[in-house]
Amino acid sequence: MTAPTAAPAPTAAADPPVIETHALAKRYGATLALADLTMTVPRGEVFGFLGPNGAGKTTAVKLLVGLTRPSGGSGRLLGAPLGDVATRRRIGYLPELFRYQPWMTAREVLALHCELARLPRERWGGEAAAALELVGLADRAADKIETYSKGMQQRLGLGVALLGSPDLVLLDEPTSALDPVGRLDVRQIIAGLRDRGATVFLNSHLLTEVERVCDRVAIVDRGRVVAEVAMRELLDDRSVRLRVDGLGAADQAALARFGRLVPAADGWLALTGIEGDSVPDLVAEVVRRGGRVRAVVPGHRTLEDRFLDLLAREEPGPRRSQ
Amino acid sequence: MTGVVATSLANVLSVARLTLREALRRRLLWALVGLTVAIVAITGWGFQRIAELSPIGGSQELLGLSQLLVMIAFMFSFVLAMTAVFAGGPAIAEEIESGQALALLARPLRRGELLLGKWVGLALVLVAYAFAAGLAEVGVVAAVTSYAPQDPLGAAGFLAAEGLVLLTLALVFSTRIGPVAGGAIAVVLFGLEWMAGIMAGVGEILNNDGLRAIGPISRLILPSDVLWRGAMFGLEPPADLLAAAGGPGAAVFRVSPFFAAAPPDAIWLGWAIAWVVLALGGAVLLLRRREL
Repeated sequence: MTAPTAAPAPTAAADPPVIETHALAKRYGATLALADLTMTVPRGEVFGFLGPNGAGKTTAVKLLVGLTRPSGGSGRLLGAPLGDVATRRRIGYLPELFRYQPWMTAREVLALHCELARLPRERWGGEAAAALELVGLADRAADKIETYSKGMQQRLGLGVALLGSPDLVLLDEPTSALDPVGRLDVRQIIAGLRDRGATVFLNSHLLTEVERVCDRVAIVDRGRVVAEVAMRELLDDRSVRLRVDGLGAADQAALARFGRLVPAADGWLALTGIEGDSVPDLVAEVVRRGGRVRAVVPGHRTLEDRFLDLLAREEPGPRRSQ
Repeated sequence: MTGVVATSLANVLSVARLTLREALRRRLLWALVGLTVAIVAITGWGFQRIAELSPIGGSQELLGLSQLLVMIAFMFSFVLAMTAVFAGGPAIAEEIESGQALALLARPLRRGELLLGKWVGLALVLVAYAFAAGLAEVGVVAAVTSYAPQDPLGAAGFLAAEGLVLLTLALVFSTRIGPVAGGAIAVVLFGLEWMAGIMAGVGEILNNDGLRAIGPISRLILPSDVLWRGAMFGLEPPADLLAAAGGPGAAVFRVSPFFAAAPPDAIWLGWAIAWVVLALGGAVLLLRRREL
């Protein structure tokens, strides 16, 4: 698979949000699947929607696509109210649990979705061929879906979601059945979508995938958003570790003006609360004071660390199983 | 407004085409076609043997043949009903269970359009089967015995319409319950409605108002028996032959569950059409409220 290439998107600061929800809620009988979902996703962003099993992620996507009706709240998708049928011509959707007609070939499935998306007939062949190439199924285009593995079906589902160059692509656990190569392919496809200015709503519990591709994330738990933040901000913990020789205790203490010194052993110095741009100045200062810098390790917290932190801060209680 | 209607129509036709293609690729349909050809051939051979053993001359023999033909038509009606029920039962339910509906309905396709498209596609299969099987059987019988029913086209039309009623019933169930359960309930209702028609006939013979009332009540619930009686009437002998055998009131016909003394009333035919429309409307509403 290769990522689609396209000109970078124009700046879209003045564009209305692609996704906008206000206090969106969904209740299935006595079960509250989603409560008070308020979020805004601007055009061209890759937005991650994270949460443990049963958090309400899939419900949120179904509400956005219009496959289920909200019990409360409101929302707009590409400027139209949620559930607007015509807007679906501009979106691509990969469901979490789905199946295509097993008696059809991959090419036929793609042609069917071109037809349902009301794309001009003369484009069907080209759209299907491009999608098959993109998801690495060109050589299996004439095979029936019933012969496809789960991973191949997921690849095809991704191809279907990309037909007609949609403005918004909603992917619900797109890599759950894929091997590492497939996951890399998906990341490249998402990067390609971002390059052409499309907005991606990525629903996943695979945190490493989200960490690598998303610009911003919302973390949802028990039907409620517990955090919505830019990825860089979420992962930045403003600390650095240095391995230094030849620096006396007084020189080390002098480095405290860059941040708070934390005791470390084996020649390592650690500072927290450091300003993001001051690491080069810190290194220069160490050198100026005669220290020999062997290693500089900027602090980095994984998305998993932050995710678990945020969930732990929430009220304890049983989570709904999916 | 015109654009919306045109788009809706295009969506319905897209789903109908998809449904037809699916039906044509299923082995079940071709097995049905093969069995039907075999049945037509075997019954044709049977009719020929009857004609050889007892040369067809008088009106009584022709009337006997007509009753045999109606019985064979009943078998076709049963096959058609089963096909309608077991094609209609899973049509929506299975797509929801498997997740196919999620992928389709994420497109600019309304739930009502999906349901109507399924109905149109399956209806075409049923109508084609009713006319092909019905007319083939009548044609073979006419060729080997010279018996020609009074309205074979009308009979095939009523058979097809009966299939459409059952298809609609199965689709209504398909929006809410599983494919097997929906199909099974529809079959039971079909059987009960047929039995209710016979009981109403018995009420007529015994002049019993209670039994007689079962007919209209059951037809209001499910008008399949009205249409079956139309099919029977079309396969019966022309009026002159019937008169020669004692007329529709003759005892031999009055007690037969395979005889209709008259075509269905226009009111009941109107009700059958209205029933299909109302049931389809109800199915659309049920599907729209269904959580996916």
